Amino acid sequence: MGVLNYMSQWRSLAKEAMDRTAIVAKFLCLLHVTNTYVCSSTLVYGPSMLPTLNVTGDVVLAEHVSHRLGKVGLGDLVLVRSPGDPKKTVTKRVVGMEGDKVSFFVDPMSSDICRTAVVPKGHVWIQGDNAYVSNDSRHFGPVPYGLIQGKVFLRVWPLDSIGFLGE
Amino acid sequence: MATRNVLWNYSKKIFTFGLIGLTASDSLASISVVRDDCVLVEKTCLVKYKFSHGDVVVFSSPSNHKEKHIKRIIALPGDWIGIRHCSDVRRIPEGHCWVEGDNPSSSMDSNSFGPIPLGLVKGRVTHIVWPPQRIGAVEKRIPSDRGQAF
Repeated sequence: MGVLNYMSQWRSLAKEAMDRTAIVAKFLCLLHVTNTYVCSSTLVYGPSMLPTLNVTGDVVLAEHVSHRLGKVGLGDLVLVRSPGDPKKTVTKRVVGMEGDKVSFFVDPMSSDICRTAVVPKGHVWIQGDNAYVSNDSRHFGPVPYGLIQGKVFLRVWPLDSIGFLGE
Repeated sequence: MATRNVLWNYSKKIFTFGLIGLTASDSLASISVVRDDCVLVEKTCLVKYKFSHGDVVVFSSPSNHKEKHIKRIIALPGDWIGIRHCSDVRRIPEGHCWVEGDNPSSSMDSNSFGPIPLGLVKGRVTHIVWPPQRIGAVEKRIPSDRGQAF
């Protein structure tokens, strides 16, 4: 009798543990799906997007809907998987779409040589707002549209400069 | 009232199932259709972007992000590769790879569009699932005429 009692106690305990784990797992799944398909927050830092974004680090929200629908256009801030290192994501501004002619200074620090490039089919030309320190399409060329991960639309941190980004 | 309850429960179940399915297909493995074949695509290699020579991968075409292609990785960053139909030898830049089809005579691959960024790779093909006469594992191999990348 005692053994049966013990067993049923264990069974109810195990059932409860299973239920709790299922809830946590479902929550994590929901989190993953919202993060990849709807909107996610990213910490952005570095000098390449001055004066739009700060050097010390801004938390921005990026939505993942419009790049799937092909709605990314000129002037949008985008998250792009870095062509040089696929584990990193960089934030830049779209300056040219496919077929556009883009003129840029090769090295604005030391010379004023200007070059013009045509963005090939299915590619975008991305550039940082701070042309002096940004590592962007001027170095690695146009990037395939498939590398775009999301469109940045809102800054949430620091709190005093909260607001929409773009244009 | 009862039917409404049943409907609510059903929709809740479908929603949960969809969530779990989507997460699993994003982070573990998924089945994707390319042309006439169904293939099993493994995604765990995307965590560290670790690939080896001869892996068959799915990637979105650099010229049209909606198209998916399946090709074999011939060279990885830092390798030197000779371009077909021309005597040039070029180095694969950091974060890129060289992909080629198994049929060298008719394949739209890196010989025409150059090395592709690893970020475009969506997963590694492990098995063919459909059509049934070709079910089986996809092996890792390096075409003999490409030899060892040097």
